[in-house]
Formats: sequence, structure tokens, C-alpha cells
Amino acid sequence: MISVDTVESIVEEARTLVEDPSYPAARRWLEDHPEGKVLGHFQVYFPEELAHAAGMLPLKIAGFDTTLQIRKADAHLAAFVCSIARSALELVMSGTLDILDMFVFPPICDVARHSCAVWARNFEDIDSQILYLPHNAASPAAVPYLTGEYRRILREIEEVASTRVTDGALRASIELFNENRRLIRELYRIKRETPWLLSAVEAYLLTRAAGAMPREEHNLLLQRALAALETRDGKPQDKIRVVFSGGFCEQPPLDLISVIQDACYIVDDDFMVGLRWIVSDVTADGTDPIEALADAYLNRSDYSPVQHDPRKPKEEMLLRKVREAGAEAVIIAAAKMCEPGLEEQVGYGQALYEAGIPHLVMEFEEKTTTFEQTRMEVETFAESLLFEFA
Amino acid sequence: MTTPTKHERRIVIRPPLSLAGTTRDENRKLIREWWAELDAAGEEGRPVANVFVMGSMAEILRTFDMPIAFPEMTSLQTAVRGRSLEFITTAEDAGYSPDICGYVKADIGVHLQGGDHPMGHLPEPSLVVATNLCNTYIKWAEIWERMYDCPVFVFDIPGWRGSGFETKRGSGTFRDDVRYVEAQVRELIALTEEVTGKKFDIDRFRENLAQVNELSRLFREVLELNQHRPAPFNALTEGINLMGIVNAYRGSPKGTRFLEIAKAEFAERAARGVGAVPDERFRLLLVGTACYSNFRDFAGLFEDWQGVFPHSDYMSFAGGALDRGVHYDLDRPIESMAEQMVLTTQEAMGGMFWGQDWLTEVVREWSIDGIVFHGVKSCRTVSTGLPDEREWLLRRRDIPGLFIQSDLVDPRLWSAAQLKNRIDAFFESLESRRAAGARR
Ligand code: SF4
Ligand code: SF4
Repeated sequence: MISVDTVESIVEEARTLVEDPSYPAARRWLEDHPEGKVLGHFQVYFPEELAHAAGMLPLKIAGFDTTLQIRKADAHLAAFVCSIARSALELVMSGTLDILDMFVFPPICDVARHSCAVWARNFEDIDSQILYLPHNAASPAAVPYLTGEYRRILREIEEVASTRVTDGALRASIELFNENRRLIRELYRIKRETPWLLSAVEAYLLTRAAGAMPREEHNLLLQRALAALETRDGKPQDKIRVVFSGGFCEQPPLDLISVIQDACYIVDDDFMVGLRWIVSDVTADGTDPIEALADAYLNRSDYSPVQHDPRKPKEEMLLRKVREAGAEAVIIAAAKMCEPGLEEQVGYGQALYEAGIPHLVMEFEEKTTTFEQTRMEVETFAESLLFEFA
Repeated sequence: MTTPTKHERRIVIRPPLSLAGTTRDENRKLIREWWAELDAAGEEGRPVANVFVMGSMAEILRTFDMPIAFPEMTSLQTAVRGRSLEFITTAEDAGYSPDICGYVKADIGVHLQGGDHPMGHLPEPSLVVATNLCNTYIKWAEIWERMYDCPVFVFDIPGWRGSGFETKRGSGTFRDDVRYVEAQVRELIALTEEVTGKKFDIDRFRENLAQVNELSRLFREVLELNQHRPAPFNALTEGINLMGIVNAYRGSPKGTRFLEIAKAEFAERAARGVGAVPDERFRLLLVGTACYSNFRDFAGLFEDWQGVFPHSDYMSFAGGALDRGVHYDLDRPIESMAEQMVLTTQEAMGGMFWGQDWLTEVVREWSIDGIVFHGVKSCRTVSTGLPDEREWLLRRRDIPGLFIQSDLVDPRLWSAAQLKNRIDAFFESLESRRAAGARR
């Protein structure tokens, strides 16, 4: 008997992978590839193609809610550090994720840079690296520099995977990830244009699963979800359309997204933005594939509070996102203790105020379990706008 | 030998020192001059650059006679003068979170109040140079960018890369890093020409580099004087003054002269056996920063136990890596600046994240009894991994360490009784270790 895929059933598949801190899909992959190596990477962006081309499984570590109890990590980090740095460390310290051969941090913030040293001191059998993505993104020297830095990290990968990566393998991996980004873009288009057909939580789970499973399988999962969406019925409701900003690194708990979507359509967001960082296909035919990846990171990419690029002023990028999504309002969130996220809130707030766009400022923590207060705030915010626009 | 009581210690009569107070006097004079220059530039509408202590690029900016403001220093000054909270709350009222760096808020608070600082007037920046050495520098720079619409140049120096990384001259990574940094030196020069309307003068630049070479040599000599027992100066307290001047006057003959004065005074103390802390009993290494909002109390908690800090990692990273030995080659000034930036900052910043080997070396060379790791809420850059580093050094190298937390500038995070309990217990444990060592 052929089972009929529904959006709900596919989302549930994604949910079981995303909510399980032992990364079951990665374990299955290891059973099929007993010699396989696993490369974990911290938020926000990592060129996973490099690991994939070496036959490694790239996993995106995006933190965990209360499914992961913090027992050991707290003793290794200062008190005023965000939650994702603790949960990432706890994953390995607790033995929940005992399959990593290499782990890469980007230099997004000082917590991430320190974390790399903490990992390197504590996990001698994991090659812990910082991939030094350039901060002077607009410099003409940034692409050649990043190309060299990608080559350096590829050499580390090759050593861990005991292999040599060819340009052909890189091009094939780029194609696979291009396909993945296309599918995610399509998912986001549906959510933006017909949010009553695909809820924010559903889109979130389907997208986030990319980081927790082999990308070939994720492409299939998304293809099935998109096919199932074609036959889904739904009616628009009287909800305000908002953009959620602040999910670039630590992720808000699912229940928080759920609370927001009860009152609003989240028509665009920056959840797991690294998976969508590159905004159009990377073209590697006839060019150096590593340089093509470096160029895409810098020149065909999204924005976030952890990258300064004078060509992409963040407030203008946010305003553009609001316009393009046809949103009426913005939720400017930040993870607790997240220096870059919290600092950005003020700039975003001013820009939105000047543009006359209503916004709600909030903080979250991946481990929060009660949302009564937030529910009230979001409902009041949404109602005030519905009333205003009526 | 019995420990002298506090009262007995106070009545010890020191032999007269001919150079006593010369460093402090010069320090005051130079800080006044620095403020006067900022005030004058602000009044006359001359361009001023806002820069940071880690990677100030003073060598370049000074070539253009551009006065340089160090917001970290001016924020610190608000705290030492007991005024930081008023500025911090002004910034919080404007929407800045209680959980971000207090230096940022103290500074933004001053700007929001019109620029009036307890020591002068903060001018509007015409240019901001923010290195990546602290990521908050970049966020801070973006705030001024929004306030004043001034150009922000993010000067990016790729740093320590993780497991097994060493900065190796001649390696492919080193060459890539230097090429990237050298391109940015040239970009910054072009941008500063634009902002100031002046042409870059490579001979002036060479002179500045020569001064930094000298400054670095003297700085290392001053630090080495503290290998004496008793330590002639306290890196926790007098160290702050040194750091202020070597930053504000980096590349200027005034900075070099200041260190000559300091060196002479500390050398005299060393020769006469006069310690910064009377009857020195414990030699400590500070990792992190001090608490400036409660500076005297903070220092007192250690001085009460006759503990002195002959060194701190602050003297390394906040000195723009001067302690690592900066050697600019004056025949290839631009290329050499790029190389030295990569070499020294990778070492100094690597030392902040991956500090265990450097700390072990300092413990040995400066005869340190224990390390005080001070985590400050404001500064994740220095604090995030300190508990782990402490535990590692104790477990692997048998170096005792104390981890405490408060803040740099926010007095609301100061908890005197709690800190005192932890610090007293640490000294007691050091005493027991010493007694056990003597018995063995
Ligand atoms: S949540 Fe913020 S502070 Fe924490 S690791 Fe991410 S960017 Fe850094
Ligand atoms: S985070 Fe630390 S290094 Fe960065 S600006 Fe604040 S106090 Fe200075």
C-alpha cells in the first residue's frame, strides 16, 4: 500500500529529526556509512558543500530547548552567556552527540570564538576550528582572502576525512545545495504569498530539518512537502502579516513561534538564516568552485546582525524585507544575553519608527517554557493593528 | 614570621625615592593634553577618529594628525569618577538592553546627553575604525554610524583558528592573512585621505612606526621589571595608567617618553626593594579586567591580603599586543605593518581565547602564586571561557585559580560581601598550599 503524504505527516517527520538532540538521521547515515565522518558547525553560516564534497556529513548545531538538560556546560562558561553556547557544549559533554569528528565555529561573536577554545580544550578527539569569515565584507580583498580560508578549512576536512576533494566533487555538492536552497526559497515563497497554506511552525520545521539530516534526503523531504502543499486547501484569516527578526543564531522555542502564529502570519523571518544565506544559485561551472562559494557568501547573500557590510545596511535590508513580504509590522526579537542581537534591536526599532512601521520588541531564550506574557503582548499588538487597519 | 597587621603595615617608613610620583604626574599631564586636543578638535570642527585599544591603527591615523578618541578609555573614566551609572541608564532608557556591554552604554549615554563627559567634551567622530578583535567594537561603531552618519571602517585581522593552530611565518595561511590585512591598510589610508583632505606621508608613517617599535621595547622592559620580588608596580592599578598612555600616545614620542619615565621610577623601586604593595605576600595574575566602577574596593580586596598583580592579560590584549614585541621594518612600512598586525594580534588575541600556555609561562616567569579570573558581564570577549580555562589550568598544570564575576562599569553588578568571601577563601587556600609546600 502506498501511503499518501500529507503536509502534516511530512512536518511530523521533520519534527522528530529536529527535536531529538541525538540526531537520529545522522546516526542512520553512520550505520550506512560505517567509515563516514561527521562535521558539526555552529550558527550562522558554514559552506557545507566543502564537507559534503569530502564525503562527510555536515550537521548544523542550532541549540535545543528543554529536551536537553544543561548539567555540565554551565561550569565551563561565564554566567552571562547566551543559551545556545551552553546547549551546543552540553550536547557533546553529556555524550548526547558523540559522533562529531570536526566542529567549526564562525567568528560571529565573542561567545562563539571563546567556545571554539573551550571545545578544543575539552574534546581532544574533535578537530575544533574557527572558519574566519571576513568582517570587512566590502573590501576587494575579501573574496581572495575567503577563498584561501576556505582552502585552509578544506585541508582540515580532507585530513579528518582522509581524502582528497576534487573540483568535480565540489561542483556536484554545490549543485545539490543549490537545489536545497531553491526548494527552501520555494517554501518561503508559499509562506509569504499564501501563509494560510503553510504555517510558520511548519515552514520552520521543514527548513530546520536541513541541518539535521543528509541533504539529499532533505531535498526529497522538501519535494514531497511542496507536492503535498499543491493540494492543500486553506482560507485566509484575518491576521496581521509580520516579519520576525532575531532568529539568526539562537532559535526561539517552537512554542513561541506557535504563540506568534496564533495571532499573526509570519510572512518572512530570519530563522536559521544560514541555510538561506546565499540567495541565488552558486554558479561553479568553468570557474574555481571554492572561489565561487566565497564570492556567493560575500556578494550574493542575506544580512544579519553578525555581519557588517556597508553595501547591506541592516535597517534598509529589514525595511526591504518588510516591503517585499507585504508585511504590516515587525517583531524585533533577540536571544537573551546575545550582544549583537540585542544591540541591533535599537537600530531596527528606530528605522521602523521612522518608516511608520509598527513593531513589537521582545527577548527570548531557547529554554523558555512559559509564554503567557508573550501571548498577551502579541495578541494586544496584533489586535491594536487589526483595529487600526480596519 | 608573623604577618604584620594592617596597622603595622601602614606605619612602615619607606626610604625616600627620588623618582616617586613622576609616572603619575606625567600620566595626569598627558591625559589632560589628550582631552584638550579632543576638545579643541571638537570646537574647531576638525576631524576626529574613534578607535579601540585592540587594533587602534594609530600608526596610520597619526600620520594625518588626526586626534584619536578611545571610547573604551572614556567609558572607563566615567566609571572611575563614579558617573558611569548615570550614562548607562540614559542608554537603557533609549532602548539598550541591560545585558549588553556597559562600555558601549556608558559612551552612548554621554553622546545622548550631548557629549558632556566628566573630563571634557566627546566630539562627533568623522571616522570610525573598528577592528574585529572584539565583535562588540563593530556593533558599537554601527551605533555611531547611525547617530552621526560617519564612515565606519571595519579592520579585519583574522585570528586564532582553533585546534593545533599556530601563526607560522611563511605558511600559506599567514600569507593569505597578511595579503588581506595589507590591502586593508591601503584602503584605510585612502579613506583617511578622503576624510581629512590630506595626502598620506610615508615618512611620517615611518616615524610613527619607529616610535611604536620603541614603545613596544620599553613596554616589555617595564613589564619585566615586575619579575622582581617585590613587584615594583601593581598591574591592576598602576597598570591602568600605563595602558591609557600607551594607547592614547601610540606612535607619538610622548608615549615613548612616558614609558621611559615609568621604567626609571619602577626600576628605582625595584633596586630599592620597594614593592607596589607593602610587605608583598602573594603574587597574582589577573585574567579579564578590573571592576572600574568600584575600583578602589576591588583592588583593596587583594591588597588586604598583601596581594599584588605583577601581570595581567589585560596588559597584553589591551595594549594592542605591544607586549608581544612589535618590530616594524621601516624599509617596507606598509607590508611590515600588515605582517606585524597579523603576528602580534594573533598571539595576543589567541592568548585571550586559548590562553593556557601563555598564562603558564607568565606564572613561571613572574613567579605567580595564583590566577584571578574576573569575568565581567559587560565583556564576553574576555570572559566567556574563563571558568573552563581556570579548571583546565588547575587540573592539567596545578595552577590555582579563582573565578569571580562582576562588571567593568556597572556598579549594580558589584556585590562586595560575596566577592570578599570568595577572595578570602582563595587566599586561605593559597596559604594552605604554601604551608603544604613548605612541609614537603
Ligand atoms: S546567540 Fe548571539 S551571543 Fe550567542 S552565540 Fe549566537 S550570536 Fe553569539
Ligand atoms: S565587549 Fe569587552 S572588549 Fe568589547 S567593547 Fe565591551 S568591554 Fe571592550
